[in-house]
Amino acid sequence: MLDVKAGDDASFDLLLQKYRTPLVNFLYRMVRDTATAEDLAQEVFLRVYRARKQYSPSAKFTTWLFRIATNLALNSMRDNRHHQKDVSIDAPTSPDEDAAPMQLPAPEMRIDEHMIERDRAEFIRGVIAALPEKQRVAVLLHKYEEMDYGEIARILDCSESALKSLLFRAYETLRVQLAPLVSASARRAGKEAQHEM
Amino acid sequence: MKCEDVSKELIPYLDRRASSADRHEVEEHLAACADCRTRAEELRTLWSVLDEVPIVEPSLGFDARMRARIAEEPQARWYRWFVPQPRLAMAMALLLAVSVWITRLPQDNSGLAGTAQNEQQQFQVIKNLDVLENYDVLSKFDALDEVPADEQATPADQPNDQQKQQDDGT
Repeated sequence: MLDVKAGDDASFDLLLQKYRTPLVNFLYRMVRDTATAEDLAQEVFLRVYRARKQYSPSAKFTTWLFRIATNLALNSMRDNRHHQKDVSIDAPTSPDEDAAPMQLPAPEMRIDEHMIERDRAEFIRGVIAALPEKQRVAVLLHKYEEMDYGEIARILDCSESALKSLLFRAYETLRVQLAPLVSASARRAGKEAQHEM
Repeated sequence: MKCEDVSKELIPYLDRRASSADRHEVEEHLAACADCRTRAEELRTLWSVLDEVPIVEPSLGFDARMRARIAEEPQARWYRWFVPQPRLAMAMALLLAVSVWITRLPQDNSGLAGTAQNEQQQFQVIKNLDVLENYDVLSKFDALDEVPADEQATPADQPNDQQKQQDDGT
């Protein structure tokens, strides 16, 4: 980022290649719409580019990047919520109905298996999306971006202690909501362990 | 450690980021509490369930669109420093207009003349101050003794010629 600050455009390309996939995934899990997620990711990179001269290396670059992304995603979701209230008659019944990204099935997987897997993934995404905003951001940054507690706390503007409580509440909600998948997964793991023995 | 206390440290324990002291306390509690042990196992399984969500790849045109947007951004040039900014130019023009308006205002000198007159009167008083402060001059000032006693009692603003007529009449 310091090279980008010095005016090196090639370094900005490196940043783009390194962070575009995690950023698009984070935003997609937040807003559940691929087009919106990509637009927001572009807006994040654009803001980083515009503010490159003011960047100070006092905080980690990822903290800065995901803080911008979190704010943009939350604003977009709030705007969209108001918008959906106005046009609810023609809106799709599920927000991900038209917006789910195309995922090619693995070659060795049958089409029915792929559909089951896709439904499972959508179900899990839906349960995560139903979490309160702050809990959702905390889970996504903790589980999928594997950020440390200090970094997530700075992004969410809270203490580490408050973050630990927030994460526990979020994971408890997910454990209850995803209980059928959790017990099925536990049974499957138990059987596999028995086979190995 | 109670179940409520463990709840805060359970996630750092499961993701192996807890300190050794906290980890030891949580392990002690889990060994004694079946409910928390079950919960911890289920949370571990939950994490493997969450891993089933596939990664989404950005669309093929993502980088090209991004580069196009970056190219549209105004570039900083060295000569931009010399180009006057619109806000600065506006502020300078306003400042100039106000200063011209102030210099063209009609000046009122009557107040100044009055002030000069007052200063002259004050100077006269100050000039005579040493006479008033001189006790010898005041003690030998016997002009008032020549005035009759009843006349001294009359108000100071009564005209002197009227008093003379009254004296002649008596």
